[in-house]
Amino acid sequence: MKVKMQIRDLNFYYGDFKALMDINMDIERKKVTALIGPSGCGKSTFIRTLNRMNDLIENTKVEGEILLDGEDIYSKKIEVEELRKKVGMVFQKPNPFPKSIYENIVYGPKRHGIRNKKQLDEIVEKSLRGAALWDEVKDRLNKSAWELSGGQQQRLCIARAIAMEPEVILMDEPTSALDPIATSKIENLIETLKKDYTIVIVTHSMQQAARISDNTAFFLMGELVEFGPTSTIFTTPKDQRTEDYITGRFG
Amino acid sequence: MGRDGFESALKELKKEVVKMFEGVEELIDKSVESLINKDVNLAREVIKLDDRIDQYMFEIEEKTIELIALQQPMAKDLRVIFSIAKIITDLERVGDFCVNISKETIKIGNEEHIKPLIDIPKMRDIVKDMLVNTKRSFMDEDSQLARRVGEDDELIDNLYHDIYTEILMMIHEDSRYINQGTKFLFVGRYIERMADHITNICEKIIYMVDGKKVEIN
Repeated sequence: MKVKMQIRDLNFYYGDFKALMDINMDIERKKVTALIGPSGCGKSTFIRTLNRMNDLIENTKVEGEILLDGEDIYSKKIEVEELRKKVGMVFQKPNPFPKSIYENIVYGPKRHGIRNKKQLDEIVEKSLRGAALWDEVKDRLNKSAWELSGGQQQRLCIARAIAMEPEVILMDEPTSALDPIATSKIENLIETLKKDYTIVIVTHSMQQAARISDNTAFFLMGELVEFGPTSTIFTTPKDQRTEDYITGRFG
Repeated sequence: MGRDGFESALKELKKEVVKMFEGVEELIDKSVESLINKDVNLAREVIKLDDRIDQYMFEIEEKTIELIALQQPMAKDLRVIFSIAKIITDLERVGDFCVNISKETIKIGNEEHIKPLIDIPKMRDIVKDMLVNTKRSFMDEDSQLARRVGEDDELIDNLYHDIYTEILMMIHEDSRYINQGTKFLFVGRYIERMADHITNICEKIIYMVDGKKVEIN
């Protein structure tokens, strides 16, 4: 097993409230890791620790280590901007910028200093193809991203993440605002993306976790209750709390 | 259907499986009884009763498919439903062997038996006990009991071996015994196969309860 990220004895606090407790987990390279659990269990807090999105929230504290290829992402040496380039994120609601499709994609690369038009054109095509959106938008790259449907907007956000050539893509409930057809497209896309990227996804849909992930982590009240191969978690979970949650007996 | 509805649907489904168990128990009794007593009418009744077992299988199978499609069960729930689908297939096979025995009974008709039937009723008693205990282990989700039942399969195998040797020797001595001898041999074989299927059911019950895949014999 090749490990991309290692989480060691992670604790996270919002003020006095301990939101994550002694989390230990290995995230496999080029695999999909699903995080499941009831609302308030800490899974979104956890995924945001993986690219330091929680830094933006005041009065929070992190203890423990998160290693990306062996390097602690909370170390002082790490530039947060560089980290987020390596560990991209896609959110629950599609959030394209109020710009053209083209400008949405090149926004990140431009900020990182790429100015060459030909190079930017290539990034746009490659990213949109990677997000399975190219064929649908190639003739209207200069139209506003807001004219796209919800599912297309979400794929645009994935393309925008891919444009930065990340190593890890974090997805926080990426399909919760989408209809089943758009959801299915994103799920197929995730399947394709894992050839090149390590993916971590928070989902409220147990079926989605079962369909698309290789490993599943079950969180409850800030604790990582069970973590293992998805096929094991959904057929023979070891912890009664996991069993109760995935069979719908609570949560 | 919410979680509560699912729970009660699953409970109902289990009850129907228990009824199917009981139907097969009745077939085992009646088929061997018809053989012992040369009761052709009873043998015909067994063949007819087996249709009911097939019916149970189709109905339960239908419900398992429906529950999987509509409820997307996971973990233990999934194992229970999957195991039920497998269990009823094995139960149905046990019913078929009872029909086979009854067909031999009909063929023998009124003929004098070439030997007193001793081991076949013994095998029937053991196999019937195995089935009753398997049903109990299913109802109580008792995987320990299921393991013990599976171990009885060896007793059946030994008895079958005895019958086999005895009849082979009889046939060897007098070729007039061939016709009925082979029929009794088949009956022994049918009961031996029943025990194999019951053992399969025990394996499914162990998987259902503990999530462990085991091969008992």
